[in-house]
Amino acid sequence: MMKTWQAVKRLLPMMSVFALILAGCGREDLSVLRPQGPVAESSLGLIKLSITIMIVVLLIVFAIAAFVMIRFRRKPNQTEIPEQVEGSFKLEILWTVIPLILVVVLAIPTVKQVFAAGNDHSNDKNAVKVKVTGHQYWWEFEYGDYGVITAQDLVIPTGKDIAFELITKDVLHSFWVPSLSGKIDTNPAGTINRFSFSAPKEGVYRGKCAELCGPSHGFMEFKVKAVSNEEFEKWIESRKAPAVLPEDPALAKTFKDQCLQCHAVGDQGIANAPDLTGIGSREAIAGILINDDTREDGAPVEENLKTWLHDPQSVKPGNLMPNPKDLGLSDAEIDGIAEYLANYKLD
Amino acid sequence: MTTAHAEAANGTLPHEPERATAEGRNKVLAFWLFLGGEAVLFGTLFATFLALRNQTNDGPSANELFHLPLVAAATFILLVSSLTSVFAIQAMHRNNIAQLRNWLILTVLLGLGFLGLEIYEFSEYVRHEEFGMTTSAFSSAFYTLVGFHGAHVAFGIAWISLLIGQLSYKGLTVVTAPKIYVSAMYWHFIDVVWVFIFTVVYLLGKVG
Amino acid sequence: MAHAHTLNSSKPLGHGSSVKRHTGLMDWITTVDHKKIAILYLWAGGLFFGIGGLEAILIRIQLIKPMNDFLDAQTFNELITMHGTTMIFLGVMPVIFALMNAVIPLQIGARDVAFPFLNALGFWTFLFGGILLNLSWIMGGAPDAGWTSYAPLSTSTYSTTHGVDFYTIGLQIAGLGTLIGGINFLATIITMRAPGMSFMRMPMFAWTTFITSAIILFAFPAITVGLVLLTFDRILGANFFEVGGGGSPVLWQHIFWIFGHPEVYILILPAFGIISEVIPTFSRKRLFGYSSMVFATILIAFLGFMVWAHHMFTTGLGPVANALFSVSTMLIAVPTGIKIFNWLFTMWGGQVRFTTPNLFAAGFIPTFTMGGVTGVMLASAPADFQFHDTYFVVAHFHYVIVGGLVLGLFAGLHYWWPKMFGRMLSESLGKWTFWTFILGFHMTFFVQHFLGLMGMQRRVFTYLPNQQFDLLNLVSTIGAFLMGVGMIIFLINIYLTSRRPADASNDPWEDGRTLEWTIPSPPPEYNFKQTPLVRGIDAFWKEKTAGHTAMTPAEPVGSIHMPSATAIPFVMSVGIFIAGLGFMFSRDEFGNAFMSFLFNNYIVTALGLLITFGAMLIRSLYDDHGWHIEPEELEGR
Repeated sequence: MMKTWQAVKRLLPMMSVFALILAGCGREDLSVLRPQGPVAESSLGLIKLSITIMIVVLLIVFAIAAFVMIRFRRKPNQTEIPEQVEGSFKLEILWTVIPLILVVVLAIPTVKQVFAAGNDHSNDKNAVKVKVTGHQYWWEFEYGDYGVITAQDLVIPTGKDIAFELITKDVLHSFWVPSLSGKIDTNPAGTINRFSFSAPKEGVYRGKCAELCGPSHGFMEFKVKAVSNEEFEKWIESRKAPAVLPEDPALAKTFKDQCLQCHAVGDQGIANAPDLTGIGSREAIAGILINDDTREDGAPVEENLKTWLHDPQSVKPGNLMPNPKDLGLSDAEIDGIAEYLANYKLD
Repeated sequence: MTTAHAEAANGTLPHEPERATAEGRNKVLAFWLFLGGEAVLFGTLFATFLALRNQTNDGPSANELFHLPLVAAATFILLVSSLTSVFAIQAMHRNNIAQLRNWLILTVLLGLGFLGLEIYEFSEYVRHEEFGMTTSAFSSAFYTLVGFHGAHVAFGIAWISLLIGQLSYKGLTVVTAPKIYVSAMYWHFIDVVWVFIFTVVYLLGKVG
Repeated sequence: MAHAHTLNSSKPLGHGSSVKRHTGLMDWITTVDHKKIAILYLWAGGLFFGIGGLEAILIRIQLIKPMNDFLDAQTFNELITMHGTTMIFLGVMPVIFALMNAVIPLQIGARDVAFPFLNALGFWTFLFGGILLNLSWIMGGAPDAGWTSYAPLSTSTYSTTHGVDFYTIGLQIAGLGTLIGGINFLATIITMRAPGMSFMRMPMFAWTTFITSAIILFAFPAITVGLVLLTFDRILGANFFEVGGGGSPVLWQHIFWIFGHPEVYILILPAFGIISEVIPTFSRKRLFGYSSMVFATILIAFLGFMVWAHHMFTTGLGPVANALFSVSTMLIAVPTGIKIFNWLFTMWGGQVRFTTPNLFAAGFIPTFTMGGVTGVMLASAPADFQFHDTYFVVAHFHYVIVGGLVLGLFAGLHYWWPKMFGRMLSESLGKWTFWTFILGFHMTFFVQHFLGLMGMQRRVFTYLPNQQFDLLNLVSTIGAFLMGVGMIIFLINIYLTSRRPADASNDPWEDGRTLEWTIPSPPPEYNFKQTPLVRGIDAFWKEKTAGHTAMTPAEPVGSIHMPSATAIPFVMSVGIFIAGLGFMFSRDEFGNAFMSFLFNNYIVTALGLLITFGAMLIRSLYDDHGWHIEPEELEGR
């Protein structure tokens, strides 16, 4: 027993160095290794436990391998025949039992956590319920209790459990916010998935689709925006306000006749395509054009909208948005709509 | 003339001619293995059917569709054909070519009867019940499972007919005997599959 | 069982007449000799492996930097689908079959496989299935739904080209060939072993071939059904996976992985077998813990059938299923661990010689272990919620399949090359192959673990900048090129070797332990002039240590019965190929009325099936009596 402890003690510094290396990996808002919420933390706990066990196994295998490969090299002029060993019952039992113990050590927390992850918050009164619908290649978020639908930016209050119900409108997708939680697939009706996570800290976290869903699978990104409870309530209120249409009546007509055939703003239009209410205050356009001109990979929101509207296919190949030019919109009209949308902000 | 031919002509064919040569034994063994694979094939089809059998998609359900008397008749015919197939192999082991041929012919005729009933059943569904391959997930699973079995029966009929022909001009030899033997194995196998189809598809469909 | 081998000598079936011998191309098309079929498998598998490798290089070039536009998104999806499908079904499996064909009859002291005709049929159906699948590139676009072809993305609603049809029909045809091969090897190993070779005296490679064949037998029919159902959905309008008609996309996942996970063991077990041959030979020591190796192999195969849902943890099967499949998956680590330690202790106390095959075997152990431990990590369902469908998984399965299987195949190819072709591959070029390939391999895939953990999901055609993915992807791409260099050195080695005289001795590695090293390299077409008598495990080594230079024969020199060459397997496969193409296009509108008539009325399909069944009929009607090699001829050589 003492010996085991000593071995563990010796391993501790290695583990801490190792944990440090891992923690340096990746962006805070994206990396599995830098969890920002309890669900991702418990996953990382299991990952660390399994990595530690596995590194010990690897070290043993590598050490024996290195030893035999160096020590037992055939020497020149070695002609005698080595002893033909059939096996060793003791040794073979040893390397059956030890892995078995290691498997048990990993299996127990795994099973515990599998059932804990199954905790369903869909009947929890304090939880915020969100219905997630996957579309080629965008995400729809419906807050049933508030009667609010939005797209691409999932706004959540910090500290509260968010109870998700996930479904797809077309092919399979998988809903993944690495720094907050593991992923779960969006299946068609009949096999609806439920799960929940929470974000204790305010911030914007990157989400991705993790199931091949077509050409733009890699661009099917979204953001999770964790805000304080008050801000969340405020957002819901402003989101419910009546729709704001373009001031120019001609442009407003074009917008209604064309864009609102698929999209919605506030109480107007149809929700077949992403809801556009307050799109000017979203984190990104089309999930990938980042609205932040202070960053080298970002641009002002109006510019991003123009990029998108002038040629949606070049931004996200295979997406279902028709090119506005094919709908008969002039460049000026497109720019006008981009400007209108860029200035359509929520508090 | 091969030695095998000579043996048959002399009436010195062994009791189990299908196992007289290594080729024959290999063939019987490999056919058992093949039937193992076939079992997985039908197992997967059964699993698919069970998963989808309630997905009728506004089309007819199993209970509305199936007429047990017709299916029971088909089942009876196929079970009897399995019996005649056993008699055929017994005749082969007695080295009685005439009886062997007659039992095989009877087996084929019964198989044709079964197939006829199945084709009649399918055409009734398609014409009068508007129940086709594309109607629902249930219909797709039904036609695929039962149709795969039907195709196996059809292949078996063609195969055994061919062997009856070979029996006529090649006689019973250590080359033809293993062929007849494995065709009988095949015939029993599709008979067993049908018992499962009768239970899982028809009886369960009527009850569930 | 000992009496079984008497088949070809004591009770001849055939005529003693002269035999029509084909030459050139016709020789290859009509051959039923397992050694030639092995070479056919090797070239065909090598060709597809090369295509799959080029696809991999294109994928890595596209991912070399963020927002790269080297390939468009659709082409990228076609490439990843074809890379996975080609490598698994058409690249590595035929090379495995090549080694099995080249070695197994020799290792068990047989003159051929149990069914030479079926052996040829298995090869030709595989080849035509593979050709059909790859024709998609020039006939309207390759499949684009991933090698797993998850519905609904693979249904005709979302994948509108014929790509997925090429996938389903090509794989059905190729899979038929694999199934035939599996049954053939099972029967061969059960009935054709030389006298004295009990099951527990069989070389490890024969054992793993046996178990692999059993897995093939029970796993391949499942995927055949899955592919048939998907074909029916796409071409006949069935509703198996169509949500609108009541179908279930999750059903496809179950069917695919009930086959798909055993498939992983179909791939890796032969590599285990190869390593278990190479390490004892070059350690001059018998395999440590032979019985436990056999036991572990059987256990892996058995467990392999009850872990499939670990590919579906994020599908939402519920905590009970996830917990059960987590634990059952972790259990596979135990028999696999037994194998690793047995190999290490085979070297312990031996005289290890680092020839090229043994270098690959030595590289295999740590590399495969790394793939194994990440497998255990993936088995933990709550952790897998994070790993699933990320580059971590990509890294894991490449460590197992490339770091395990491909290194094993390289070991096996270098090891048995002299036996197959009568020429030793160059050792120095072989070592260059090893070092470039294994360094490139670790560069390519080690970093991908971290990419996955940092949030990069798999199957993305490009990625945004500023996610800290750039450097690791660049390293990965450079590694891929290094692996390519390794492959090219290997090809150069093959070319240069082929120009040298065929002068390899019976036992070119000098420490051969098993029966294949007792006969000439390459062996004569009848393999063994006299069937050997096996007196223990490592039959040849046992004779060597007893001071003998050859095996004790189990029979006098006699007339040897050989199966006749025949083109029927080739013709049957052509028929299936035509039928498959015809069925695929049966619902298409052709500009040309005649073409529409031919295809839309299933005339092409019927013609293809007619060719196949007609050829079968001919095979059944005309008995193959084979031919004989007489003792005088044997002595004359």
